[in-house]
Amino acid sequence: MSAGAPHTPLPRPDGDILRAEYVTMRFGGLVAIDGLSFSARRGEITAIIGPNGAGKTTVFNCITGFYKPTAGRIALAHGAQSAFEALPDLTASGRQWKAAPGGALFLLERMEGYQIARTARVARTFQNIRLFGGMTVLENLLVAQHNALNAASGFTIGALLGLKSYARAQAEAIDRAAYWLKETGLLGRADDPAGDLPYGAQRRLEIARAMCTSPVLLCLDEPAAGLNPRESAGLNEFLLKIRDEHALSILLIEHDMGVVMGISDRIVVLDYGRKIAEGTPAGIRADPKVIAAYLGVEDNEVEEAEAEAGL
Amino acid sequence: MTGIAEPGVVAECEATGVMRQGATSAARDAGIAILLALALFGSLVGLRTDPANGGLAVTVHLAKAAGLAAAVAAVRFLFDVLIWRPLDGGRTLAFTARLSARAKLPAIIAALAIGAALYAKGGLRTSLIEWASGQSWLAGTLTDLLTFACIAAFLAILAMAAARALRLFLALLSKDPVGKVPEVLTDKFGREFPAALLAIAVLLPFLIAGPQQRYAVDTATQILIYIMLGWGLNVVVGLAGLLDLGYVAFYAVGAYTYALISTELGWSFWVCLPLAGLFAALWGMTLGFPVLRLRGDYLAIVTLAFGEIIRIVLINWQSFTGGPNGINRIPRPTFFGLPFERSANPSFHSFFGLDYNPAYRIIFLYYVILGLALLTNFATLRLRRAPIGRAWEALREDEIACRSLGINTVATKLSAFAIGGMFGGFAGAFFSARQGFISPESFTFTESALVLAIVVLGGLGSQLGVVIAAVVLVGGAERFRELQDYRMLIFGLSMVAVMIWRPRGLMAGRTPSAFLHEARTISGSFVKEGRG
Repeated sequence: MSAGAPHTPLPRPDGDILRAEYVTMRFGGLVAIDGLSFSARRGEITAIIGPNGAGKTTVFNCITGFYKPTAGRIALAHGAQSAFEALPDLTASGRQWKAAPGGALFLLERMEGYQIARTARVARTFQNIRLFGGMTVLENLLVAQHNALNAASGFTIGALLGLKSYARAQAEAIDRAAYWLKETGLLGRADDPAGDLPYGAQRRLEIARAMCTSPVLLCLDEPAAGLNPRESAGLNEFLLKIRDEHALSILLIEHDMGVVMGISDRIVVLDYGRKIAEGTPAGIRADPKVIAAYLGVEDNEVEEAEAEAGL
Repeated sequence: MTGIAEPGVVAECEATGVMRQGATSAARDAGIAILLALALFGSLVGLRTDPANGGLAVTVHLAKAAGLAAAVAAVRFLFDVLIWRPLDGGRTLAFTARLSARAKLPAIIAALAIGAALYAKGGLRTSLIEWASGQSWLAGTLTDLLTFACIAAFLAILAMAAARALRLFLALLSKDPVGKVPEVLTDKFGREFPAALLAIAVLLPFLIAGPQQRYAVDTATQILIYIMLGWGLNVVVGLAGLLDLGYVAFYAVGAYTYALISTELGWSFWVCLPLAGLFAALWGMTLGFPVLRLRGDYLAIVTLAFGEIIRIVLINWQSFTGGPNGINRIPRPTFFGLPFERSANPSFHSFFGLDYNPAYRIIFLYYVILGLALLTNFATLRLRRAPIGRAWEALREDEIACRSLGINTVATKLSAFAIGGMFGGFAGAFFSARQGFISPESFTFTESALVLAIVVLGGLGSQLGVVIAAVVLVGGAERFRELQDYRMLIFGLSMVAVMIWRPRGLMAGRTPSAFLHEARTISGSFVKEGRG
């Protein structure tokens, strides 16, 4: 499927998976995100776009626990939408997460980065690819399954004794890795060092590695950066496929408008750390505030545009 | 060159022309080198003042100077032709290219075999001794070193051949001899090297007899302690990428644990050994907690400080550790309760009906450390393939990516410190049991630096590299004992040389911990050193 081609969505579970409310991130005097509220819907691709320095990656770092937001709340629900009903209780309790009707609810701003990946099952990729370059492609995907494997190895003791159960768990992990390698077209390079792959393949490997953690929410930070048009069309197709086949919700930062407009279900537009628009691709494309943020405005229209943008 | 000549012939003529040109200019350079060398050696070596009836007389040693100059010229010529003057795109002169492609290994083996045979006949040794004219340290060291190298190479090749023969035998006995035998035959000869090393290590006490035995086994024990320390530190530095300059602290904790418990409570070595490992691992955790936030150089400095803290506490806590006087009369390990003393009853020799021989204890200690080191190696190899080992290596490669995959980096780093420290603790307990006396002087920063040098020189993360580096550094230090402080100079130079020619250590490649189709060694250039 090429970028922008019509796509018939499958019936998807309804409701939000992630709600960010009044999230603010300050670095000293610099306000990187300013009272941002948005939600990502279950089983959809939500794109976050905006000019350079708008705070997109900062939002990602807050969601995935690399930064602690200065203020605000980021809630993630597993299971049914009704899980959000537990939000006031959970917030008041001071705990990181609790089981809720029909699933579980997590407050990500209270959790460590690794807990967000392990317990809340939010996976991410990075703007500047972060692979384990000296390890093979397969090993990269095995590291991603660390927590499951570590438990299966009896916290190393079983692996040290060479137990059969661990060997089985490892074989399963390799099968799972092989599945994702096949999906991303990297099966033939499974035993090559990850640092030896071409750029496009490294981007795909990073997504495959994130998928090996079995996430419910996948955060992709500029997955199409540096890809040629053919590769980015392939990426579109791949993202739509994993969204539909694995009931995955995707949060996407991207500058490549072909990718954003082609696959996003909803788009959130940031500028100077604030949300300036939110809606469907068609709506965003026509939004004057978005056009002004991206292309700028004539001098004589500045005040008009600012008034419109609520500044 | 005429237009009628075929292209292949033209190319050949050109190549021959370039070769001849290369050889000519190499010969000219060698000529200049011989002149310079003569000018230098002529006065330095060629002239000597000797005491002669009441005064001094100048004697001329022209042959010696000329010989040295000729050697310089020959080396210069060979370097020029073989190494510095690659032809069209990295190809050296035709015959070296052919040599390196097909005959390198057989040539080396043949040269070593000839060397060993000559040595065995005694001819080479005598001529060497004559050449180096007796009295100087050079004669002893050089011939000893050559002897050692020849015997070691000879033994290694013998053991490798034996291992190959064993593999062939097993392949013949296997279910699928037709498939397996050619595989064994075409395998690279070097594949058996670790097995050969192991065989030599196991048989060592029986390979050397006579008055040399005690010294050889003692030295081998010393080397094995450092191999074990190197393997332990390899977990921290090589796998997890945490630069630890205070590794000696674990060694000290292990040594003092055994020394104190055995002298105060009278517990046996085999009970104290796990305790020593446990305490060292606990120290690793204690060290780990405060330094977790630090990376790179800062981590290195703090680990260095922790190593010194241990030593200074040992010196100053006189009532508990004996202070600078150390602890003596530490009980020796026993063989299932049988001591090795002459007077004890029952003792090892009386129980087995042997005559008393002090060598028994030396050999027993050697096997104890060999067993401990092999255990360390086995555990490390298993750990590398366990999830925790892969997490260590992932941590070395990229800590942020690790966190994004749900790996608890704090626990992973602590486990690396704890396990690396535990192996250091085992080695320490053995050290104090072997010495019978320990004092803080044995646990200075130099020890940490030496173990780190072994790991870095061997190649970060490489088990075999640690063995080679420990044999070279510790065995070499023993060999060059006559040189006193100059040997540190030599080590410095050799380290610089290794870092220039093999910047990732002697065994730079990394073996993957799992594979889908086939396991291929990963070039060291992809592997990161880690930043803490």
